[in-house]
Amino acid sequence: MKTIANPQSPIAYHQSPIANPPSIDVLIIGGGPAGLAAAVAAREAGCGNLLLLERAEALGGILQQCIHTGFGLHVFKEELTGPEYAQRFIGKIHSLGIPVQGGTTVFDVTRERVVTAVSPAHGLQQFRAKSVVLAMGCRERTRGALMIPGWRPAGVYTAGTAQHFVNLDGWTPGRRVVILGSGDIGLIMARRMIFEGAQVLACVELMPYSSGLTRNVVQCLDDFNILLLLSHTVTEIHGRERVEGVTVARVDDQRKPVSGTEQRLDCDTLLFSVGLIPENELSKAAGVELAQTTSGPVVDESLQTSVPGIFACGNVLHVHDLVDFVTLEAAQAGRNAAAFARTFNAERSTLSAEVMCVRDGAGVRGLVPQAICVRRVADDVSLMFRPTAVFRDAAVVVRIDGEEVARKKHRILTPGEMVRLVLEKALFARFGGAGELTVGVEP
Amino acid sequence: MSGKTITCIGCPIGCRLNVLTGNGKVESVDGAGCGRGAAYARQECVCPTRMVTTLVRVEGRRAPLSVKTVRPVPKERIFACLDEIHRVRVTPPVGIGDVIVKDVCGTGVDVVATMEVGSDERSQEID
Repeated sequence: MKTIANPQSPIAYHQSPIANPPSIDVLIIGGGPAGLAAAVAAREAGCGNLLLLERAEALGGILQQCIHTGFGLHVFKEELTGPEYAQRFIGKIHSLGIPVQGGTTVFDVTRERVVTAVSPAHGLQQFRAKSVVLAMGCRERTRGALMIPGWRPAGVYTAGTAQHFVNLDGWTPGRRVVILGSGDIGLIMARRMIFEGAQVLACVELMPYSSGLTRNVVQCLDDFNILLLLSHTVTEIHGRERVEGVTVARVDDQRKPVSGTEQRLDCDTLLFSVGLIPENELSKAAGVELAQTTSGPVVDESLQTSVPGIFACGNVLHVHDLVDFVTLEAAQAGRNAAAFARTFNAERSTLSAEVMCVRDGAGVRGLVPQAICVRRVADDVSLMFRPTAVFRDAAVVVRIDGEEVARKKHRILTPGEMVRLVLEKALFARFGGAGELTVGVEP
Repeated sequence: MSGKTITCIGCPIGCRLNVLTGNGKVESVDGAGCGRGAAYARQECVCPTRMVTTLVRVEGRRAPLSVKTVRPVPKERIFACLDEIHRVRVTPPVGIGDVIVKDVCGTGVDVVATMEVGSDERSQEID
């Protein structure tokens, strides 16, 4: 067992490194859908020396608790449940003989790609990686982020935590439920709680529209006559030991509660489905530059971050709606990480002056990637973003240095559905190294 | 003839479809922005169906087993199907696709496992 001089300071680990940490070509952090697809793709691209580290004992990440269907329509052309989708990849991981270490928490990554992890089985470990794939996923926003006043009674959970309790642990957290936020996890949990014999009193949404898919609003709320209160919020949580009720009020155009519209709903459980935040503590430790709009790393078209050899994919990069798109993105990160390790050159620059900047135009937020290294473009480039509002009969227009290079009409664009558009590799041949690419929504 | 308003799930627009039905047939669909809406209304008003996913208990194990209907079942039978599925207890090992309930509620649809439970996972941790 290694003794550490000052456990309070992460610097201490750097000052007293483990002697001769093993060298890994591609090290993948996270065994959810992104990490699994990245690992499979890296191995299929010829990487013989890779390692996947996962915090939980089992692989699959959040998919394991998503027992509903709707996964895989793009990747497998069939509708699978979450555990089935995960198993397709876990099976591949095993058949390709990819080394996986579960129960292992990575707590530091350096710019030099030295990865430090801890686990009950192996204690403190360090690895020297030629390339690293960040695939840590995201976390749910909590009650604390919303600052709802009241005591701290039992019965307040994020929707995903409740989903874990019900679907993986086998117990139901309450009998009378109110859901705040109409994100897809909240909608799915409304139906799940009904199926487990609970009552769902209402789904309360701050915005004048649901942030979930229409299909989920219809099949999880309408099917069971669950009230969807748009432009409403929870202003108070009642109860001291256990939730006894919540106060719900209408909000105005500024999203401020309108006094006089309060009503009390008696419930024992309040679930939050109010957004997801990429989990980038390790990215920050490695000095990876983060984008404000996505809360994830700034990446180029190869999904490489601002630190050479560190790649990012899946929900740690930006929050996705569909696991299929996570899989496609992560496979690209895995291939590129394998290529980086093969032609290992730590000096290889990324996001330098020689790149085309990608900028959010009108009506567009959180474009990924944020830069394209034109001379290096190896594949078609996919661009993903969220519209800033609901647009009807609008076009998504791509311009390079002012010149229109692509246009696609949409009958509807909503913030709830990420837009993914693919630009052909050949398109970039006409343009020089620098320049600016913008994507905007136009009437 | 009777009228009904439903929300199309074909895309995020969520068109409100006004559907007139008579003699178990759809007479007219109003409000659909595209052809898919009319087709959805026909299916949804004559015989609405849903995939059902839920959990069953596993002998000697706290964590449940996730299951699904292999095809959608009629919407009005969802709760009857759930009752029948929830009465089942399974004994490991279970593989993905193993039939857990055959012909649930006489719908002609089987319920299958969507995850694996190894025999070694039996009788670990029961509180």
